[in-house]
Amino acid sequence: MTIIPKPAKPWTSTPSARAKEITLFLGSILLTVIVVQVTAFKGKLAYFFIFFLLYALTTAIFQYSARGMAAAKDALVKAIVVLGAVVTVLPIASIIFTVASKGLPGIRPGLFTNDMSLATSTDPLTNGGLLHAITGTLTLVSISLFLSVPIGILTALYLTEIKGRFTNPIRFLVQAMSGVPSIVAGLFILSAVLYPITKSYSGFMGALALTILMIPTITRTSEEVLLLIPNELREAGVALGGTQWRTVAMIVLPAARSGLVTAMILGVARISGETAPLLLLTGGGDKVNPNPFSGSLGSLPYYIWKSFNAGSPEAITRAWAGLLVLLVVVLILFTLARLLTNQKMKARK
Amino acid sequence: MMNATVKPSSLAEVASAGAGRIPSAGALGSGLETRGIHAWFGKNHVLSDINLDFAAGSVTALIGPSGCGKSTFIRTVNRMHEFIPGAAMAGEVLLDGKDIYAPGVDVTKIRLRIGMVFQKPNPFPSMTIGENVLSGLKLAQIKVSKKDDLLEECLERAGLWNEVKDRLDAFGGSLSGGQQQRLCIARSLAVRPEVLLMDEPCSALDPGSTLRIEDTIRELSDSMTIVIVTHNMQQAARVSDYTAFFLSEGGPGQMIEVAPTSEIFSRPKDERTENYVTGRFG
Repeated sequence: MTIIPKPAKPWTSTPSARAKEITLFLGSILLTVIVVQVTAFKGKLAYFFIFFLLYALTTAIFQYSARGMAAAKDALVKAIVVLGAVVTVLPIASIIFTVASKGLPGIRPGLFTNDMSLATSTDPLTNGGLLHAITGTLTLVSISLFLSVPIGILTALYLTEIKGRFTNPIRFLVQAMSGVPSIVAGLFILSAVLYPITKSYSGFMGALALTILMIPTITRTSEEVLLLIPNELREAGVALGGTQWRTVAMIVLPAARSGLVTAMILGVARISGETAPLLLLTGGGDKVNPNPFSGSLGSLPYYIWKSFNAGSPEAITRAWAGLLVLLVVVLILFTLARLLTNQKMKARK
Repeated sequence: MMNATVKPSSLAEVASAGAGRIPSAGALGSGLETRGIHAWFGKNHVLSDINLDFAAGSVTALIGPSGCGKSTFIRTVNRMHEFIPGAAMAGEVLLDGKDIYAPGVDVTKIRLRIGMVFQKPNPFPSMTIGENVLSGLKLAQIKVSKKDDLLEECLERAGLWNEVKDRLDAFGGSLSGGQQQRLCIARSLAVRPEVLLMDEPCSALDPGSTLRIEDTIRELSDSMTIVIVTHNMQQAARVSDYTAFFLSEGGPGQMIEVAPTSEIFSRPKDERTENYVTGRFG
């Protein structure tokens, strides 16, 4: 009978090595506190950078004594890479933390069932809410999605499947379009549609401006996804007697499905916090407006902007609560889309 | 490049013992004739003056070193050549006597009648095994009454039915490489092609899967005309009735010689063919 050995991971560090690492880590923290207390460096940032420097140095020295110069360099480079990652994450974490801590006091049950038609920003928080802003933002995002998803995906199909004479100019224009400032999109709709034709604010005008901002994001992401579909699949479809259109509809698009959903999410993420065009075009009403084609339409960014402008402590709290809701709405959209794609991926296996 | 220990006599034995038969008149499938085929990619002339006939119900192997134009040639035969940007061609391909490049010919109908199996297995990733087999019918918008019977028949003929009959709803990508290639063969069979072109169908497969596919090819040759590109001379000797030797000597690829397979491997007329099949070059 053979003896089956216990599964082991000899490449992980031993308990004594781990203990040394933890000692180094705790020692660095202790040193940091002492340095901050003794010297003129003060504040959170001082803690962060002094700890980082000390930890990188002590680790490097420890590695040098244990394994030599190469290991010390390795430890230093590793520390710099970690610093880069932390510095990237820090502002995001800080934003989320600040929005959550300042927004939570403004979150009340009435917030999601009332609008501001019977209240003003400076009223006590028990009055009014942001129902009109949530429904307005959802309306704007839905209309923009409805308009820009077909245009964006069809443009991507032109660039990847038809490859006509205009492929390069169109690709160039789409890239240029993704750099259009949102205020320019807003002014364009204002001067080209609102003033000459409709002559009144409405949600639809805002959605048109958001569509201009959303199309390049969806087109470019869809194009990248479609380029990843192997050419062999297109050849197989055509070799089975399919026309190009049927091959694209039955084989290429389904194979790219999850990537196209990602393109839509990125498009929604691009526009859901846009403020400038909405200030110009939607009129920013205080009442739930089910009709996006007539009358002013509120939205979360507009609500936040308006509340901050009102300036009273109640209004500022309202603004932070609005920011928190906007972040959560975007988070929910992201999670939903991820779940949808993941379920399909699971079904595929 | 080729295995130098393969003796000409052993290949000839395989060829005469295996297929080697000349199909009788009236076999199923359609005959295919090519007349003066040339092909270009941009200004690069890759194929020169190929005249090759494929009798109905025969299996023809195309052999020759890499880059001699075998794949390009079979892609001109079902009009897949034009799928590559910058491609051009000259000559005629006659399917039952009619030129498939004549003006007004519906190219999708031609590709329905002349099916193709590719070098790399390429099942459609968004479809189940069953959907993959029947995908050609959906692509070409052909209505069939007994889908389940057709599904079973195609998988049976491709030698895959017993392995997948209990999991037709699994995705095509869950199969092994050899099974995926047989799935692709079953997929080509579902539209009932008269001619089947196979571009190195076994180059990515292990010997076991290769033998299964060779069995399949021999069974299929009862009802269709088969053209197979292969780098494996044993395979050419085992499955084909005729063998054509292609060669590029610096310039565009040419067909050096075509003959019944047993003759190509026992007494080739051209010295270059003999050198190639005996492994002296290439």
